[in-house]
Amino acid sequence: MNAMVDARNVYKKFGALEVLRGITLNVQPGEVTCIIGPSGSGKSTFLRCINHLEQIDAGRLYVDGELVGYVERDNVLHEMPLRKAARQRRDIGMVFQRFNLFPHVTALDNITMSMVHVKKAPKEQARTRGLELLEMVGLSSKAHAYPAQMSGGQLQRVAIARALAMDPKLMLFDEPTSALDPELVGEVLEVMKDLAERGMTMVVVTHEMGFAREVADSLVFVDRGVAVEAGVPAQVLDSPAHERTKTFLSKVV
Amino acid sequence: MATAQSQPGSSPESGSSPAPDWIRAKPLRHPGRTIWAVVIVVGLALFIYGAATNPAYDWSTYLQYLFDQRFWQAAGITLLLTVLAMALGVVLGVALAVMRLTPNRIMQSVSWVYVWIFRGTPVYVQLVFWGLFSTIYPHLQFGIPFFHSFFSVETASFAENVFWLAVIGLSLNEAAYMAEIVRGGIQSVDEGQSEAATALGMSRAMALRLVILPQAMRSIIPPTGNEVISMLKTTSLVTAVPYTYDLYARARDLSVETFNPVPMLLIASTWYLAFTSVLMVGQHYLERHFAKGASKVMSDRQLQALADAEQIHASQDNR
Repeated sequence: MNAMVDARNVYKKFGALEVLRGITLNVQPGEVTCIIGPSGSGKSTFLRCINHLEQIDAGRLYVDGELVGYVERDNVLHEMPLRKAARQRRDIGMVFQRFNLFPHVTALDNITMSMVHVKKAPKEQARTRGLELLEMVGLSSKAHAYPAQMSGGQLQRVAIARALAMDPKLMLFDEPTSALDPELVGEVLEVMKDLAERGMTMVVVTHEMGFAREVADSLVFVDRGVAVEAGVPAQVLDSPAHERTKTFLSKVV
Repeated sequence: MATAQSQPGSSPESGSSPAPDWIRAKPLRHPGRTIWAVVIVVGLALFIYGAATNPAYDWSTYLQYLFDQRFWQAAGITLLLTVLAMALGVVLGVALAVMRLTPNRIMQSVSWVYVWIFRGTPVYVQLVFWGLFSTIYPHLQFGIPFFHSFFSVETASFAENVFWLAVIGLSLNEAAYMAEIVRGGIQSVDEGQSEAATALGMSRAMALRLVILPQAMRSIIPPTGNEVISMLKTTSLVTAVPYTYDLYARARDLSVETFNPVPMLLIASTWYLAFTSVLMVGQHYLERHFAKGASKVMSDRQLQALADAEQIHASQDNR
């Protein structure tokens, strides 16, 4: 079986700045991987590389066995045509720190928009599925509310439902609770936990160590663009092998 | 910590505590406002009296010609010029804005140069140029340059269609302004929006149509309303083409005919004002449509619904 995410020695530069310096990481189907690390360590950039919001500069990155962002022919890499890249992204759901819900349409329309226009699902079917997803995240009553009328926790739950609407095989979470009031963090983590229990493959960049410990199958500590340490959450959190991990954990916990 | 905790549901227990003594304060006085109102009303009354009794305005001629066929026909033409020039200008303007924002350098440059030229020269001069089009380019050839011509068009026929030359002249100028307005609108939309759309597998065009433009509309519409009103009045310059069937040209013609210019100009102004008033109403409704979801402020009905929900909640807690 293919690994869901297979990153091999991935590099990413912004101008002269090397943000990722050889990340190697593996996520099996059905697994939840949490990525932790100091801010500016490149963990969000790495996540954005997985669905090709950023283009990698060296190494290889595969999702479900398929090369991301490039087409390889006769050992030569070609930039991927935009249409093909868009098709690749359909199978990868993404949840952003700042929610990025579409403010000009209702919660339900946020969810159904991509189903109707990208997947070309019939409107009625999209609507039914949209309401189902809203129920799953506990927001049936907010179907016709606009984002401006919802709390941060509700927004993020709608955003998760929106990503799920495309039936992704992989979900990426970019610090999904970092922009939330502390009292609202729990409701979002609850939805994520529920999703993990349903067997969704997830890569989660987070600062929520409790969530990582409880839900994640593996935990990766990223610092200065490399995966310093990876393993079972309890082991990494309780007895980190590397000095840098120890230093970081002593500051957060 | 535990000691500081109050009992759960310590919200006002509507049953036990008496209704609060709602504040009914005496409103603050604003004597300055009253004084200004009097000054302005008196000034206005004097002006109206002066205008009504000034023979130069010649109100009887004004009334006689206000709904004259020649005037309302010209008003219709002015309106048609405005609508056509604006419609073409908006379409071309959106195209130019999108070109400006693509990663394609050539498209960017074309758009930039277009805006530079058409915004940088007076519309009056541009209209004169369009009038001279058939003089500058007597015939247009279509084919492979310097090699073979498939067919050629004599532009002398264009000169007869002065109306369309006016429309083209106005709309190409307008496109330059609309391009800047649309570009500003698109850039005002948060970057996270196109990112979210991209992550959902949308193409650039789809994201633009479904996500970016609808949000950009909020900042595009007010200045565009401005442009429409401005265009309505700019049509008075089509005399440069020369096209002479619009409202202002008609007012001048009738001024000469009647040797009485003031009421004719008043009539033209009245028509212009009537149209702009209607346009302002239209703009209001458009703005309201595209403001959907923009405000946290809830309508009175929504607030009432929330208050009702609280009531039910409180009564359940008390039970």
